[in-house]
Amino acid sequence: MVADNDKLVQIFNLKKYFPINQGFIIQKHVGDIKAVDDVSFDIYHGETLGLVGETGCGKTTVGRTLLYLYEPTAGQVLFNDVDITTLSENKLRRVRRRMQMIFQDPYASLNPRMTVGSILASPLEVHGMVSGKEKRDRVQELLRLVGLNPDFVNRYPHEFSGGQRQRIGIARALALNPDLIVCDEPISSLDVSIQAQVVNLLEELQDRLGLTYLFIAHDLSMVRHISNRMAVMYLGKIVELANRDEIYLHSTHPYTKALMSAVPVPDPDIAKSRQRIILEGDIPSPANPPQGCNFNTRCPVVADICYKEDPIYREIGDKHWVACHFA
Amino acid sequence: MNSLLEIRNLRTRFHTEDGIVKAVNGISYSLNIGEILGVVGESGCGKSVHALSIMRLIPIPPGEIAGGEVIFEDRDLIKLSSAEIRQVRGRDIAMVFQDPMTSLNPVYTVGFQIMEALTLHLGMTKEQARERAGELLSMVGIPDAPRRLDDYPHQFSGGMRQRAMIAMALSCTPKLLIADEPTTALDVTIQAQIVDLVRRLQEELGMAVMWITHDLGVVADIAHKINVMYAGYIIERGLVRDIYKNTRHPYTSGLLGSLPRLDEAPGTKLVSIPGLPPDLVDLPLGCPFYARCIYRVQQCLEEMPTLEEADGKDHTVACWRWEQIAERTE
Repeated sequence: MVADNDKLVQIFNLKKYFPINQGFIIQKHVGDIKAVDDVSFDIYHGETLGLVGETGCGKTTVGRTLLYLYEPTAGQVLFNDVDITTLSENKLRRVRRRMQMIFQDPYASLNPRMTVGSILASPLEVHGMVSGKEKRDRVQELLRLVGLNPDFVNRYPHEFSGGQRQRIGIARALALNPDLIVCDEPISSLDVSIQAQVVNLLEELQDRLGLTYLFIAHDLSMVRHISNRMAVMYLGKIVELANRDEIYLHSTHPYTKALMSAVPVPDPDIAKSRQRIILEGDIPSPANPPQGCNFNTRCPVVADICYKEDPIYREIGDKHWVACHFA
Repeated sequence: MNSLLEIRNLRTRFHTEDGIVKAVNGISYSLNIGEILGVVGESGCGKSVHALSIMRLIPIPPGEIAGGEVIFEDRDLIKLSSAEIRQVRGRDIAMVFQDPMTSLNPVYTVGFQIMEALTLHLGMTKEQARERAGELLSMVGIPDAPRRLDDYPHQFSGGMRQRAMIAMALSCTPKLLIADEPTTALDVTIQAQIVDLVRRLQEELGMAVMWITHDLGVVADIAHKINVMYAGYIIERGLVRDIYKNTRHPYTSGLLGSLPRLDEAPGTKLVSIPGLPPDLVDLPLGCPFYARCIYRVQQCLEEMPTLEEADGKDHTVACWRWEQIAERTE
């Protein structure tokens, strides 16, 4: 849990725009996809920060920019108080040891021509951490850690099921003893009964190794389950961020409320009785977001001011941040 | 009486290089007029294959409907000629598929694709079909529908495409709509729109709906009855409330336990089901859930339990030990 105020990651005004170019030979810059548009938040040591939002809201881009897999268009990313956006390549590589990623698709994220042993050994080799027997021991230890048989080192990814592959992906992320793991939709391609296995494993590993997670997913109930705090994104911006219970009980942004009410509940009594807010229309294009508040095209409580002014992202209660004129 | 579809002992298998994949292993149930049935299960449990078998859309070979009957309005669909089944498809039974991105033809306009069924099955002229297609599109909530008929699928968003698919499926006012994971590829706010739409249309048109999904949350909201499938068997079936509140099969309880809930207390641990579903090529002799079940006994290994009545008459479960388990957990 959040022990004190020590922040592992601090993000200030992060922006990531992807340029839209037109023209066949001479490319002209005609616009930008504003995938992440001015986002600020912190991640505390040992916590799980959940990041939810729908397709195209920029949640994956936040995760990748945070690891400097994408170069940010603007803004700062502080990892242990060091701004990684200004580091040289060498220094950056040293910091990257401490931050790892688990990917969404366990079928695409493991090289089919490498054995599990060499997949797990490669981060160790790249960072020159161990050699020979030590390496073999570490690989076996990693497999044991994620609940796989250590004799599997010579097998290839196709010999494993989706859930087992995701365990290999987790073992690879753990290889360098990182502080932070960005989990990018780690369970959304798995079956329900397997999802629970993987989530339980992630929770167990966090307790044992003191890991910090940024857990990115579109499944609100799963994010609420695993997170200490949650951030809700819409169209490149964080619209609300708070403690998991606070956001569930006292969400103030109309998008968070709608999202919450759209989540299916596996209980026919509750499903029948609860009030549902059904949003009209689709998410606008991030290349051409609406003027003013970017939720104004779908918001059920929209007013004149929402078309003119972009709401300020502000703290309305104890660590409860929201960007809405009426919050 | 008012049963629309009756399935008796349906079996479907696929002949592959690795052996015979037993996808559907003798399932029986009936679906009433105007009823919404949820079919729930994980990947490979046979839920989609059984729906495709009803529509006779299984590719033969490698597929084969190895036995059973699908009685739809006094006719066995399995025995119909291909010309006859084509008359049923689209007109009496329509289907909406999971992926709205790939189930529309990208080189034809949306309007053309909706009009196709209208001219084919209902013998409308082009003008009549176009007018009706416009009405259908506005019925599923697409703004400015008559003009959007000339759009191509890529000009529609994912949610709009799924609406267009539903419009297409409803074009001949079918008696049964089979929706195979219709919202899985969509975001939750769009999913809520589609669920709401199907419920509204079902009430207006009085058709029966079969909603196939892996998500126990979605069908809790919309279905009247639920079939839970595992390894090609129906392992529990009942009214929606019984399935969620008086769960009898250990697999169903496991599935419900592995779902995080928005209203759960902090620190709740998910109950996961250990292990993996069985290989459909090499199914065990007894209960297919044996390897993962915490209540298993020797009998479960040797004999496959049949669906028997539990509690009320509409609630059936395929488990040798459901009574003992029920006693223990209450």
